[in-house]
Amino acid sequence: MLAYLVKRVFQAIAVMFAISLIGFAIQDNLGDPLRELVGQSVSEEVRQQLRDELGLNDSFVTQYVRFLGNALQGDLGTSYFFKEPALDVILKKLPATLELVMGATLIIVGLSVPLGVYTAIKPNTILSRLIMGISIVGISVPVFLTAILMIFVFSVELGWFPSYGRGDVVHVFGYWDTNFATADGWVHILLPSVALASIMLPLFVRLIRAEMMEVLQSEYVKYARAKGIRPYRIYFIHALKNTLLPVITVGGVQIGTMVAYTILTETVFQWPGMGFMFLEAVNRVDTPLIVAYLIIVGFIFVVTNTIVDLIYGLVNPTVNIARMGA
Amino acid sequence: MKHFASTLAVATLTATLSTAAMAEVTIKVAYDADPVSLDPHEQLSGGTLQLSHMVFDPLVRWTKDLQFAPRLAESWEQIDDTTMRFKLRDGVTFHSGNALTSADVDWTFDRLKASPDFKGIFAPFTDVEVVDELTFDLKTSEPYPLVLHTATYIFPMDSQFYSGTTEDGKDKAELVKHGDSFASRNLSGTGPFTVTEREQGVKVIFDRFDGYWDTASEGNVDKIILTPIKEDPTRVAALLAGDVDFIAPVPPTDLKRVEEHDGTTLITEPGTRIITFQLNQNRVEAFKDARVRKAIDYAVNNAGIVDRIMRGFGTVGAQASPAGYLGYDESLTPRFDVEKAKALMAEAGYADGFSVTMMAPNNRYVNDDKIAQAVASMLAKINIKVDLQTMPKAQYWPTFDERAADMMMIGWHADTEDSANFHQFLTHCPDEATGNGQYNSGNYCNPEADALMAEANATTDQTKRGELLRKLEGILYEEAAFIPLHWQNLAWGARDGVHAEKIVNALNFPYFGDLKVD
Repeated sequence: MLAYLVKRVFQAIAVMFAISLIGFAIQDNLGDPLRELVGQSVSEEVRQQLRDELGLNDSFVTQYVRFLGNALQGDLGTSYFFKEPALDVILKKLPATLELVMGATLIIVGLSVPLGVYTAIKPNTILSRLIMGISIVGISVPVFLTAILMIFVFSVELGWFPSYGRGDVVHVFGYWDTNFATADGWVHILLPSVALASIMLPLFVRLIRAEMMEVLQSEYVKYARAKGIRPYRIYFIHALKNTLLPVITVGGVQIGTMVAYTILTETVFQWPGMGFMFLEAVNRVDTPLIVAYLIIVGFIFVVTNTIVDLIYGLVNPTVNIARMGA
Repeated sequence: MKHFASTLAVATLTATLSTAAMAEVTIKVAYDADPVSLDPHEQLSGGTLQLSHMVFDPLVRWTKDLQFAPRLAESWEQIDDTTMRFKLRDGVTFHSGNALTSADVDWTFDRLKASPDFKGIFAPFTDVEVVDELTFDLKTSEPYPLVLHTATYIFPMDSQFYSGTTEDGKDKAELVKHGDSFASRNLSGTGPFTVTEREQGVKVIFDRFDGYWDTASEGNVDKIILTPIKEDPTRVAALLAGDVDFIAPVPPTDLKRVEEHDGTTLITEPGTRIITFQLNQNRVEAFKDARVRKAIDYAVNNAGIVDRIMRGFGTVGAQASPAGYLGYDESLTPRFDVEKAKALMAEAGYADGFSVTMMAPNNRYVNDDKIAQAVASMLAKINIKVDLQTMPKAQYWPTFDERAADMMMIGWHADTEDSANFHQFLTHCPDEATGNGQYNSGNYCNPEADALMAEANATTDQTKRGELLRKLEGILYEEAAFIPLHWQNLAWGARDGVHAEKIVNALNFPYFGDLKVD
């Protein structure tokens, strides 16, 4: 177990190094940050001078080595737009994004299990067909379209929910302000969470349904039925347990993907998280912030994947951990 | 009951504290971007100027019909060829409580001269000479016709407030681009509002300054909450849902929606930013021939583009200067005649046409990529085959600097609100030493036109100057130096009861201090 852990940590470090190199290499193709920092009529001469001051005229290797040296000391550069260390900017935006992901996760967990189980047990009812039909639509409609549609229906036409922003937040600690402490916060987080969940929820409903149907065909379920155990006990105690194991694994990996999807959701809802910040940074050619974002999101991916692998090994001891690491 | 009692107590207290116990007027405003910094000299951009008009105040400012109105300067007179004497308004105080004097103007002027973004505009100016507490002379090296135009950029800063050092030993006056400075986070101006809270990219809160000098203004807004909402559909939805009271800009696709929706008003004005194409004579031999350039101008249907792509939300143009500018010549009308274009091509020996490359941004100007596509298909009718490439502005500008295509799109708004500025940057013979022709990707060069601009810029007699600039526009039109398309219109959306139509202008900095809300 320990050897496996060490191995995974080394792998993670190698991946982080690769991400930083790629992130740094693409920044030259993102455009000229100076264009965003100065007015249109500023002369080329002045711009060159500012480029020198920013160190943008140094060679790639010089810039990368300087970046890496600073990064190892926890300094990922200073955002041009926010005028603050890029790491601080992202850490300040992180809670908003995590709360959004949390909201979406709650919706996914709360709905996917009952819906998945129901459609597996009663696959031929009208309701099941309806659920499966909607789930196809859910998977195919892009998040930003769902989001804009929801704004127009629930904010503009019906006026039930606010159209943008986080609303009243309550300070918890450090950079953490929470939406979950006030009614206004709840009202604000609902639409964005549903939008973000819309892409993952159908996936999980279908996954749970497929797994459940498979389990229901297995020998031990048949045996339990033959023994006369009540159906609901079979479904929810015996079958569901075995259904959820692969679902949890997929779920852990999908959390990382969900962080990526927040870029679209946050942009449409003007949600002040780090996905929205990233898209803005790309538009502004705020290169230090872009690179820092890539590194941190890469880090989240790497960490969640590692943890998921470890948990999987713990939950299901039949998996040979030593071999997984090889 | 207890709750009621405390409410009553607070109400009584408020009533006794303020002589006029009126309800506070708060409005929520959503723009597509927020100002990059609180330092008015850090970046010359629309966002900065909008902010400056809210928290600082200029010496003079533009009126709706592009005339000058006195603000902090009460009056001015030309005392010799190179000196304009200004008299400051008496009794104006900064947010810090300091009184505004000539010394503040002098201090601000020196800072402007040192700002990378602003020093270009202030290049013709040599000095501010303080005459007395409220009188100062603004001096130029040569007779210069744009003294008042430039005075609209002088927003006096509180020299006492910005002097000295911060706790960590930095100079408070320091002007840092893209850096953390005292001025980028603190401010003291003479404007109608002060910034009380700011979270960059999320919101800015403005509170009315109690000591504001302009008590004659009918403005009654006590608090403004500015939220940047970049996404067009979200911004419009926020207005329609009643979550905000005023938005800018309204995208062309939603004009009708805002206009027809109950409870919201659409306000539009012709803008002053011209959208053009430049024809690179260094890359394409045929573009050296004025007949070919004219043929292209004849082939492009400006009115059609405005009508269909811009949904009527632009003003068809045939020159760089918009109406109201000195150089504007109403006799220059858009050319559109495909037959004539074909004839000109044949006359120049290009009846069979040729192929060119074209580049345009896809997120800089309104519908920029669609406009470029339309122009490309229009040119196909006169046998010019266009290979079009569009890209985000971040990538576009470096490409533009390299002059990487035969035809390139560029839009321009004159920082000086003056016709000569268009020529200086867009069509003047490129000259690295002076910076003239910096955005002339067409490499059009006409010494006669340049001489006219030089003469105009040394003529202080406005009537004579107008003649020179009109002549200049006439030459560029006759030579088809570039392909003018249209001026982008401006659009704002407001909730009913927000009388925004009185405070908006073609320059796109609404005077929120004068905003009246029912």
